[in-house]
Amino acid sequence: MFIYDYIKESYEGLISSVKALSVGFKHLFNKPVTIQYPEVKLKLPEKSRNRIAVIIDDCIGCYQCERACPVQCIEIETVKALPGEDLGKTSDGRKKALWVTKFDIDFAKCCFCGLCVYPCPTECIKMTEEYEYSVYDRRNLIYSFSKFSTEEAEQKKKNFELYGSQKKEEINKN
Amino acid sequence: MMTLNIAFVSKLLIIPIFFGIFVSLFALFAVYAERKISARVQNRIGPNRVGPYGLLQTIADILKLIQKEAPYPFGSDKIFFNLAPILSFAASFVIFSVLPFNYYLCGLDLNLGLIFIIAIGGFNVISILFAGWSSNNKYSLLGSMRSASQMISYEIPIALIFAAVFIAFNSLNTIDITKAQENYFFNWNIFGGDNHLLKRILIIPFSAISVIILFIAFLAEANRTPFDIPEAESELVAGFHTEYSGIKFSFFFLAEYSNMFIAAALISIIFLGGFSSPFGYIGSLLNSNFIINIEQFFWFTIKSLSIVFLQMMVRWTLPRLRADQLMNLCWKYLIPYSLVAVFYALIISYI
Repeated sequence: MFIYDYIKESYEGLISSVKALSVGFKHLFNKPVTIQYPEVKLKLPEKSRNRIAVIIDDCIGCYQCERACPVQCIEIETVKALPGEDLGKTSDGRKKALWVTKFDIDFAKCCFCGLCVYPCPTECIKMTEEYEYSVYDRRNLIYSFSKFSTEEAEQKKKNFELYGSQKKEEINKN
Repeated sequence: MMTLNIAFVSKLLIIPIFFGIFVSLFALFAVYAERKISARVQNRIGPNRVGPYGLLQTIADILKLIQKEAPYPFGSDKIFFNLAPILSFAASFVIFSVLPFNYYLCGLDLNLGLIFIIAIGGFNVISILFAGWSSNNKYSLLGSMRSASQMISYEIPIALIFAAVFIAFNSLNTIDITKAQENYFFNWNIFGGDNHLLKRILIIPFSAISVIILFIAFLAEANRTPFDIPEAESELVAGFHTEYSGIKFSFFFLAEYSNMFIAAALISIIFLGGFSSPFGYIGSLLNSNFIINIEQFFWFTIKSLSIVFLQMMVRWTLPRLRADQLMNLCWKYLIPYSLVAVFYALIISYI
């Protein structure tokens, strides 16, 4: 009996190794599952959250997104339009009343929660498909979406202040 | 007395150079093949960046290894630390001298070829012990001690099988064993050799058992994965070559791969007819010895490489054994079976 068990045991050991090998052989002819990342990319899921982009032409400067942001990564500054200036309309027909002189998003702080996307009344702040934007300097992660350069923004501010002081004088006169 | 004629001198010069080139080319190819096969078994792609299909990957690796600094660990024995990789490679390279690649490319026509292989193979144990002990590192020493115990115990089934082969096929000379299996594939020892029908039928089970035992024991001798306890990455960093880097490490690597080839070549010599073609030669139709030699070289490498492939497949499918399981396998299974094979061979030899 002992010899029978011994031979059976060794036979089973051999057969199980051969079975394992045959599994390996089958896998040799399978298609590789590797995705060669920089060249080939997987399609992103529908509601994936990546870098945010702003369509600044549609922005009415309502500060909703800045208030919604849990990490305060959005910085907005607006200047009221002067009476003569026409700011045009957003794509969904709203009238714009504010110059958006500054719209900075710091993606070093951004936590990709997407909370800024939902409150936007004109749907100008959106998730993009972009997720590769690493840089060597953290300061390069501050994205400026405003069309105004800092000097232009200063100019706009001064114009408004000038207008405001003129208005004040008029009121004081009366 | 040996006559010094031109053929002999040319053999003396050509064969070592040829084997040197062959071993290094084989190592380059085998490392690439190993990485590709491992990748395919795991449904990956494997190296594909350096050169077409990643073929130049190993050359890049070698260049990297050559550039590396070769530091000595603190408190190491410099002489033995340097000697170990050279000895390890030299031991496996010397064995190539008894492997017949064809009628011309066979270094030594040695009567005791297989005994010679066992004797020289013992140097591997010494070199690994040198490496582990001289590098003054506990993991290296542990690895080399495990390796010594493993290699010494797995030499026994190999020696027993060689003895059985000697009894059954009446020769220890690798060239004679090959020549006895010439002409067609049904003359190979795994199909019963060049014998009458009764003896053929009796030899087939003997050959089958011997092939399996030899394959397993050679895997252990070459420290390949199911038996890579001396290297065991997860336990011993890298085992006996933990402290080695650069060109010295690559010598160990070269030795491991040439050991793989030697194991495969020996199995193909003893049981698969060595360099003899399975279907006869084209060269014999054309009456050209040169073409016959090329064909023989081709068949020998094809047979050996297919067994190397099998060794790689085993590496990537079976997990590593524990140290006690390893000893169990050797002493409780391989040695009794190889003893049975010896007695069986004795019985066959009287028929």
